[in-house]
Amino acid sequence: MRYIEPHAHMVSRTTDDYRQMALSGCVAISEPAFWAGWDRSTADGFEDYFRQLTEFEPRRAAIYGIKHYAWLCLNPKEGENRKLAREVIERIPKFLDRPNVLGIGEIGLNRNTLNELETFRDHVRLALDHHQLILIHTPHLEDKYKGTRLIIGALLDFPEMDPSRVMIDHAEEHTAEMILSNGFRTGLTLYPETKVSLARAVDIVETHGFKRIYVNSACDWGHSNPAAVPQFMMEMRRRGHSEEAIRRVVFENPIAFLSQSPHFAVPAGAEESVAAAAV
Amino acid sequence: MKCPMTTTRIVDEYFIENRHRLLDIAAFLDRLERSADSQDAEADFRIQAFRGALQTLVDGRGERVRRVHMVFSDPTAEPRAALDRKAAYGAYNPGKAAL
Repeated sequence: MRYIEPHAHMVSRTTDDYRQMALSGCVAISEPAFWAGWDRSTADGFEDYFRQLTEFEPRRAAIYGIKHYAWLCLNPKEGENRKLAREVIERIPKFLDRPNVLGIGEIGLNRNTLNELETFRDHVRLALDHHQLILIHTPHLEDKYKGTRLIIGALLDFPEMDPSRVMIDHAEEHTAEMILSNGFRTGLTLYPETKVSLARAVDIVETHGFKRIYVNSACDWGHSNPAAVPQFMMEMRRRGHSEEAIRRVVFENPIAFLSQSPHFAVPAGAEESVAAAAV
Repeated sequence: MKCPMTTTRIVDEYFIENRHRLLDIAAFLDRLERSADSQDAEADFRIQAFRGALQTLVDGRGERVRRVHMVFSDPTAEPRAALDRKAAYGAYNPGKAAL
């Protein structure tokens, strides 16, 4: 079965990962801008990273028949630095017309600080001013519940916000309901330890239904698994879910969100089912 | 929606792996008692939360996973005044409220 990987940090992964993902049925990857594991020191450093995301990485993916898309921002881990955030945000618009750019992300909060919240609001303003999709990172572990509440509150302060154009990612059992009930889309991140397991992800889908929800590996330079989405598909089969239900979560729902960007090319043969998933 | 599996099927499929997880937790708690410095682990806010989560598992009130999350979560509403560190701890420390 074909699938979309809607959240993967491929600049941190090997070529072998691209090969294995392609062999597993992956036809497209969307890669949000991420923290490098250390703080970048200049806006120039971000420009180089944005060039990597929009020039080099699409070529690397294309070797394996995978379409590569990117999201741009200064990641929440660096959001405390307001001066750097302003400098980076000023430079983002000149990259938005690049053919693989889908929007602004992954923005959000890390430790739920006042400065992070201001940097988040600046990014949302940028996205709305340039009619971009928004991809949001919710904080880790004990910070997730509070951070998700702060993020939703901040988003609702923008009256022109269309929640169907916003993905609030890394949801878990205590945050999925508040995201979905406010009309946003949500993602479940399949991590070995710090987010949701395969079985819990299927539980969440069973509990909340198949609308406006997708799964991702968020594979990066840390403990993560680029084969997580196909493994989720196996877990769905283990439960007895239909192939149509699995396809909805791993293929049609990602496309229903991502195809709101004019830069996203809907895979051949998926047009009708994606239109059904969009409602 | 309900889980499509019957109760017996759920037990058949998931019992062994969850038995394994329970034994890992038991071993973790035993390991704490064998620590090199014999320090009382109960003084650590993370272990206090862990104990609270274990009680949630057996109180018979349902919605266990959501309530376990809430045991570990920061219940406050106001943003932190400044960044204290990059990484989360895994459990909220009530003795060190938002700066």
